[in-house]
Amino acid sequence: MSAFTALLIRDMRISVRVGGGALMGALFFLIVVTMMPFAIGPDLALLARIGPAILWLGALLASLLALDRLFATDHDDGSLDLLMMGRMPLELAVAAKAIAHWLTTGLPLVIITPVLGIMLNVELGAMGWVSLTLLAGTPALTFIGLIGAALSVALRRGGLLLAVLVLPLTVPVLIFGVTAAKAAISGPDPFGPPFTILCALSLASLVLGPIAAAAALRHGLE
Amino acid sequence: MQLTSENLSCVRGGRQVFTGLNFGLSGGEALEVTGRNGAGKSSLLRMIAGLIRISDGRLALSGSDDDDASIGEQSHYLGHLDALKSSLSVGENLQFWGEFLGASRPAIQPALEAVDLAPLAGLPAAYLSAGQRRRLSIARLVVVRRPIWLLDEPTSALDVPSQKRLADLMRTHLAGGGMIVAAAHGPIGLERARELKLGPA
Repeated sequence: MSAFTALLIRDMRISVRVGGGALMGALFFLIVVTMMPFAIGPDLALLARIGPAILWLGALLASLLALDRLFATDHDDGSLDLLMMGRMPLELAVAAKAIAHWLTTGLPLVIITPVLGIMLNVELGAMGWVSLTLLAGTPALTFIGLIGAALSVALRRGGLLLAVLVLPLTVPVLIFGVTAAKAAISGPDPFGPPFTILCALSLASLVLGPIAAAAALRHGLE
Repeated sequence: MQLTSENLSCVRGGRQVFTGLNFGLSGGEALEVTGRNGAGKSSLLRMIAGLIRISDGRLALSGSDDDDASIGEQSHYLGHLDALKSSLSVGENLQFWGEFLGASRPAIQPALEAVDLAPLAGLPAAYLSAGQRRRLSIARLVVVRRPIWLLDEPTSALDVPSQKRLADLMRTHLAGGGMIVAAAHGPIGLERARELKLGPA
């Protein structure tokens, strides 16, 4: 097995075991979206109108929830030193960790979204499209958050700093994600353009995130 | 194979830790780094591993089998931290480091037997004692072959039989042409180790 898959499988294994926090993000997402109709009241038309925004905001916060521990645990137990001494470039190691993180926290969000749509009065047919926008957009959230996680690695309680650093960078993802989801649910704007930009944001962060994060880690550990 | 340091200096947090350090180490030799607390023993090991930047001077490895790899990529680093995940079992921890550090099919069982942890292979690492965690880290050195071993107080937390076993592993490594740089306060069990004393801090 290559070093890349070994690291990917290790991280996924850790996050699904006790104390790993794989489903924490999904649970948080579930709670936010469930509470929202209670706060807003039984106005079905309003719920349907702001539904996509609620789903996207919930997904954004949920995917940042467990991110601050991504490198901090490896830093605390000395694993990060050894990851930096591997034959594999640090950029790839960082990417493997991010992919494992997305598969265990981002993907569950995408999967439970259709169920949550019922609470927000979104018809089931459109929910598939909203899930699709989350599928295309949540990798961008993880890979942008990766940079913040690498920058705050040596800090105790770096979670708050992470949010401050990362949230402004995720604004474009939020804008195009919500636009695409709205287009899918109610129209009349076309679904294609915002969705394509969302995919582009994910692909760009897939490349830039690991490079920036690896640079931050190299710099930060000295 | 030869590891040479010329005029090596280390500055940490604006403070000069050591300066003008010269040593040479050939395959089959061990270097025992001694000195007071804060003299820079750990910093020297981390510098060889490539984990902190060289402030001044030069560190070179010549005549190795793999010229493309950096010194850090040819070294094993056994630091104060064990690099173990509590939620993974003893076998899974070792399997991961074996695969990550470059063995396509790591020989887990022999390595665990070498540190006398074979019966505990299925136990989560959370239940290990400090000495057992140390032994599991040492198993990592055996499972993947790398010519340079950087050991930071390797005998800490080890009982007497484990210290003997570690000394045997180190002797085997040296006999195979490997090098060892160890930071220590007491004897680590190697008879022919050279000593490098880092100056007063």
